[in-house]
Amino acid sequence: MLALTASSTLELLQYSPPGWGANLLRGLMNSVLIALGAFGLGAVIGVGGAYGKLYGGPVLRDLLAIYTTVVRAVPELVLILILYYAVTDAVNQILLGLGQDRIQISGFAAGIAVLGIVQGAYATEVIRGAILSVPGGQVEAARAMGMPAGLLARRITLPLMLSAALPGLANLWLIATKDTALLAVVGFGELTQETRQAAGATKAYFTFFMAAGGLYLALSISSGWLFARAERWARRGQPELRG
Amino acid sequence: MTRDFWLPHRIVMAALFAALVVWCVMTLRWDWLPDYLGLAAQGIWRTLWLLALSLLLGMTLAVPLGLAQAAGPLWLALPARSFCTVIRGTPLLLQLWLLYYGLGSLFPQIPWIRQSDLWPILRQAWPYGLLALTLSFAAYEGEVMRGAFRGVGKGQLEAAKSMGMPRLTILRRIWLPQALHRALPTLGGETVLQLKATPLVATITVVDIYAVASRVRQDTFITYEPLLLLAVVYMAITGLIVLAFRHFERRIPTRTA
Repeated sequence: MLALTASSTLELLQYSPPGWGANLLRGLMNSVLIALGAFGLGAVIGVGGAYGKLYGGPVLRDLLAIYTTVVRAVPELVLILILYYAVTDAVNQILLGLGQDRIQISGFAAGIAVLGIVQGAYATEVIRGAILSVPGGQVEAARAMGMPAGLLARRITLPLMLSAALPGLANLWLIATKDTALLAVVGFGELTQETRQAAGATKAYFTFFMAAGGLYLALSISSGWLFARAERWARRGQPELRG
Repeated sequence: MTRDFWLPHRIVMAALFAALVVWCVMTLRWDWLPDYLGLAAQGIWRTLWLLALSLLLGMTLAVPLGLAQAAGPLWLALPARSFCTVIRGTPLLLQLWLLYYGLGSLFPQIPWIRQSDLWPILRQAWPYGLLALTLSFAAYEGEVMRGAFRGVGKGQLEAAKSMGMPRLTILRRIWLPQALHRALPTLGGETVLQLKATPLVATITVVDIYAVASRVRQDTFITYEPLLLLAVVYMAITGLIVLAFRHFERRIPTRTA
């Protein structure tokens, strides 16, 4: 009996069709790609937002404060729905205004855009704190030597803030991988959605949800290890935090 | 504070915002609102008690989880550590669906569960939602409590031990109060995160406020208005939570060293 269930479980998870392994792996790849895109977009928004909050004018600062507050107060699920419809509508309105036909935005692009905007709000706060932790003397020295602002950011501020920002960014990356599961609610075929389809078709709910959980866990544990290495690299040459 | 707040550009922004609100009220469709007010109130109530109950139960679980990781023997620390890692490493939506679809399809096959008095409750969706939310909060807060237990000064515990205080009394009088005090600042943020996790239960047919908004969307084909109102409701609840915790934290004395 036990051997039978074990073999049928393995059969269900096989890579080629009667098994659903290929579907799960395709879902995992979609999840990882969306998480990468959203994390990248979020980091770009975060650097821009952090500079805006630190050095921008009063209006820009207040607008960024509203952005980060609203995004962090409203559930991601609600934001995903609002932004999904709003982004699709806005693009189509612009296309219609230009005399083009309306298009269907792919779930992939919409997912990256929506999760990237959410990530950007959190990344703004993380990177703002990290920039503040850069020793003021370094920035002043560079300014005193007449370094232009762009070069200063690229050579001094951003590399120095990286070691302080990486723990927060690692956390954000883990949130990004887990937030991709929310796209299942709008029906996009990432890992959780593929899992639900496989489980629904075969009625083997425990098998598939456990397998997907294992995949998510492997992803988060391996990326935790990678981020720990990256942090050690970014911290090279700096004194140890604790002796 | 009010002097500093009302700078000229903020007055302009507030006026623009008020104009936007007026425009929304005037031009968007709100005629569906009276029909759904009762349902919305029920939804908000359900969201709030799911939040409160999962916080309470989760916190009760988080204390032993943190204690086991901070000071327990290996056979207790290891399961607690792996529980926290597994829950924190997988999406809540997946856990929710595993519990609801997995347990929900397993229970009806077991005769004594079907005949027990609990069956009318287990047949509904909310126990699974509550369980998933509780386990998730327990894992995240258990990690916080681990750090909080570790952070209590060693001297305090040694002093209590050297006075011959029994171990349970040390925990009750010295260790736990100080650990809870250390964990308190994170509790407000965790509560907001937990609020933001509650709409997931709508995917397993629990009718919370998010599910009510989806119902309006399906019934009337109005897209933006219910979603905007939903966002406003969540922002209002978040604001209340933040204010409550600020008030709470001010009442608890902190040593400033």
